[in-house]
Formats: sequence, structure tokens, C-alpha cells
Amino acid sequence: MTKPHLELTGVEMAFDTPKGSFVALDNINLKIKKGEFVSLIGHSGCGKSTVLNIVAGLLQASKGGCILDGHEINAPGPERAVVFQNHALMPWLTVYENVELAVQQVFRKTMTKQERRSWIHHNLELVNMAHAANKRPGEISGGMAQRVGIARALAMKPSVLLMDEPFGALDALTRAHLQDSLMSIQQDLNNTVIMITHDVDEAVLLSDRIIMMTNGPAAAVGEDLYINLERPRNRVTLADDPTYVHYRQEVLKFLYEKQRKLENIAPHRNKKATSTTTNHSAQTAKI
Amino acid sequence: MSTLLNPSSETRIRGGLKVLTDRFNVAELTQAGKQLLLPMVGILIFLGFWHLAAPQVNTSLGTFPGPVQVWEQSGQLWQEHLNQRERADKFVTMQEERNARILAEDPNAKVKIRGYPGAPTFLDQIATSLVTVMAGFLLATAIAVPLGIVLGLNRHLQAAVNPLIQIFKPVSPLAWLPLVTMVVSATYVSDDPMFEKSFLTSMITVTLCSLWPTLINTGVGVAAVNPDLLNVSRVLQLSFWTHVRKVVLPSSIPIIFTGLRVSLGIAWMVLIAAEMLAQSPGLGKFVWDEFQNGSSQSLSRIMAAVLAIGFIGFVLDRIMLMIQKKIAWNE
Repeated sequence: MTKPHLELTGVEMAFDTPKGSFVALDNINLKIKKGEFVSLIGHSGCGKSTVLNIVAGLLQASKGGCILDGHEINAPGPERAVVFQNHALMPWLTVYENVELAVQQVFRKTMTKQERRSWIHHNLELVNMAHAANKRPGEISGGMAQRVGIARALAMKPSVLLMDEPFGALDALTRAHLQDSLMSIQQDLNNTVIMITHDVDEAVLLSDRIIMMTNGPAAAVGEDLYINLERPRNRVTLADDPTYVHYRQEVLKFLYEKQRKLENIAPHRNKKATSTTTNHSAQTAKI
Repeated sequence: MSTLLNPSSETRIRGGLKVLTDRFNVAELTQAGKQLLLPMVGILIFLGFWHLAAPQVNTSLGTFPGPVQVWEQSGQLWQEHLNQRERADKFVTMQEERNARILAEDPNAKVKIRGYPGAPTFLDQIATSLVTVMAGFLLATAIAVPLGIVLGLNRHLQAAVNPLIQIFKPVSPLAWLPLVTMVVSATYVSDDPMFEKSFLTSMITVTLCSLWPTLINTGVGVAAVNPDLLNVSRVLQLSFWTHVRKVVLPSSIPIIFTGLRVSLGIAWMVLIAAEMLAQSPGLGKFVWDEFQNGSSQSLSRIMAAVLAIGFIGFVLDRIMLMIQKKIAWNE
């Protein structure tokens, strides 16, 4: 464990805007171990998605870089599978065909047709979606579609699983259910996961480590919190667990005291200007 | 299900079911009736208005034809077609008999086989027009869809080509026709031509006028693919062709089809105009010939042609809709 599995070094991201260069991220340094579940948390517009997209290779950092297992990342690839916020399934393909598209692409040469078929079914069973294999995304609920999105990502056997607010668009009950599924899948497969979230409970419950990001522009890593809770974790028993409550408070303090203070210190006029540019950058980052 | 019940309750329930199904049928019938009734009422009112208004319009060829005259002339056109067919059949059998006779006398004699020289009937003209419009439309589709995909994928190319599209899109077929005629006569020189020049002229004019809606819609559809899906494609490292085939095309199929339907409508309209002006065989020529003919029946025959043109256009659109429902995933 001398060399980290995934390493971000001095990552800076600047977007060109009509008003000049806008620095979204400033000097992000991260070392992530194999099998670690890392959450990125921060206020909206702080550049969480940008960090994820840089790791995914969908965006290129203006400065610094990102190394995975000794190789520099400069393009997207299936070894860094992404789970998108709104499932991003092809609406014209069935659930099975959606996963097949990924499996076909990644394992065309290494698996026989028969092996691929059973591998697709295996992944659909993993997320409890085998029963809907022949349905289109439009015929299943948002939570089900998100499961399929996860199955598709897992089916690529990624070395890093990147999740961009995977449960953000779901209702609270479905979300809790999917979080539990994700925890048990993670327990079995021991993937490295980077997950973006807005949800403090989600972050503490799922993660080994929470990276808290300061507000943009020029967002950076604010605090790096290790969550030492026994697995498997149970959301009901953890609710009164003093360690859990403590971690939760740490994150809340960061988000609502430290980061808020910073914003208040800034002169009023300045703040307005930054908040508009921040929104703008968030949009460009998503595109 | 009825076997589970005892006989006395079975009859009662059957009676109840019968009433229920009857009522259901009645409801269904009224639903179907309503769907049919209103269009029928509309058509009847139109026919009545036409019947009353037509005699008020006097032209040099007599009064404007009402629905009755047009109906009669439609029957007449059909009869002419049948007669012509009969004569053509006779011509062919006579020719075959004569050739057989010649060959019996001298096996080495060269026999001539001529086509029937009679004038094409109204139905022949419809067939010609349909073939021409389909050829022109298919050629337009074969150009517009791939070009639209390329433009939709490349924003710079789109920006460069867009002004040309905007300028050529509104051009009337009548403006293209002389140019197309001259170019076709100059370039398509062959001793044994596969196609008639008039066919090529009409077809190319149709293509030039009808490819724009498909081209524009394909470009828009391809450029509007959900960015998340594009990212999925990038993460999967799909090759260019797989990307186009599996992501871009399926995603834009619905909007491409909207364009195709508009294109086909335009193609049909343009074709009639082109045939009229170019004197190439087809429905347009039929209308023009009748107009030049100027008999007392001409107006009725033209009106019959107008209705046929409209009806065929409607059927073509319905066929496209059916194909769209077969192919598009969102239908």
C-alpha cells in the first residue's frame, strides 16, 4: 500500500467565461485506497461534479492530474464507470439491452456469448432487477431505473465506481432502500467508490471517508473525515449511536457553520457576484 | 369460470353478463360512431355546399363541376382505363400471334415486339407519379439523413452549412425545374437510357425541394441527444459507428420521422407542379392536358384529379405514420 490506488495531485479547473477565466477548483489533492468508499459533500456549485468528471475523464483538469493504478487519466473509460443522477439509460433499449450494451463493449473479446448473457443476468440479479429484464426504462419507476444504472456500471467491472448523486432524484423511502442495497453490494464486491451527495446521513452511513469541500469559486478540500463504524451498518441502530451522531455533527458543522461563516464574511456585493458566476460554472461543468 | 358456479346462479349471472356486454357494445358503438359520425357530417356539409355553389360559377368551359359530375367523370376515367387495358391486351395477343406466324414460316426471321402505343390513362398517370415521388423522396432521404447526422454531430460544420440550407429551403420547384432540365439533358446522354429524362428531371426536382425538412430535423435531433447519454457513450468508449448506430440514431428517430413526413408531403406537392411544367408523364401532366383540351368535361376530370391527388397525399402520410409506429421506440 505504498502507492495509492487513485491519486489526484494539484488539480485545478478553470473555465473560460466571457468575463474571463473562472477558477472552479483550486489545488485538489486526494489519495484514495483500493476498496475505499469516499463521499464528496459540499454546497451546490462547489465543484463536486467537476471533481467526479475529472476522475471520469469527461473533463480535463487545467492543471494537475489524476493517476489510477499508475496510469494518468486523460479520457473516459469503462474502468471508471459512472452512475448518473438520472439513470441515463437508453430509453429505446430494454433493461437487459442497456446492460448488454456495456457488457458487449467491455467484454466482447474476453467472454463468450453465453458468459456475457449470464454475466448480464448476474448483475441484474445483484440489484434485484432480473424480473424486469425485458422492460423499457419508461415502463419502470425511477428507483428501478437507477438500480439498472448501477447494474450497468457494476457490469463493467470498474476499478473505480463513480456516482454523481445517485439517489438524489428519488423519494426518501426508495433512497433508503437503494442505499442498503448499495451497502450490501459494496460489502461483496469491495469496489472503490466515489460518491457525490448532498445528504449528510447518506454520506455518514455509506462512507469510509467523507471529503468536505469548501464553497466555490476556487473550491478546495476543506476537511477529510474518516468514518470508523463497523460494517455491516444498520441505519436504525446507528441512529442513536453516539459515534454516528458525532460524525454526523462534524459534517453538519462544516456545512452550516464553517462554510456559511465564510460566505457571510464576504462583502454583500461581492457575494452576489460570486454566487451568479458559481451557478454559471456549475452549469458549464454539467454540460 | 362458470363451471365453478351452481346451475341456478350461473344462468342469473349469464343474464347479468349479457346485459353488461350489450351495454359495453353499445358504449363501444357510440364511441366508434362518434369518431366516424363527425367526419362524415363534415364531408356531407362540404358536398352540399359544393353542390349548391358550383352551378353559380360560370367559366368558358361551362359551369364549375359539382360533386355529381365529378363522380360521373371518375367512373368515366375508370371505364377508359379498363377499355384501354382491354385494347392493350388485344394488341399484345395479336402481335404474339403474328410473330408466331412469321416464325412458323421462317424460323430465322427477326420479329419485332412493340409496346402498346396508346395514351396512358388516368390510373397509369397515378402509377407514374407514385413511382417518381417515391424515387425522389428516397433519394432525398438517402442524402438528407446521413448529411443531417454529420451536421448534427459537428457544430462547426453546422454553422458553415446552415446559411446555405436557409437560402435553398424556400426555393420553389418551378425555379429549379429549368436548371434541372438543362443539366439532365446535358449530362445524361446515353444510347440506351435506363430512365426517361423526364422521369429524372421530375425526380431530381422533387429531391431538391423535399430534402430540407428531413435534413434540418435530423440535424436538430442529432444535436439534441441527452448529454448524459453522450457521456455514457464516452465512458463506454463506443466507436464512432457504434455511437451513431446505438445512441445517436435511435435517439433522433422520432424527430427524423417528423421531418420525413413533412418531406414526403412536400415531395408530392412539388411533383405535381413539376410534371405540369415539365410535361413529364404523371398526374400533373394529366391535369395540364385536360386544361389544354378544354372540353366540357375537362373541369370535372381535373376536379377528379384534384381529389385523387389529395387522397393519395393523405394515404402516403398515413403510411409514413405506420412505418414510424413500427420503428420509433417512443410510439
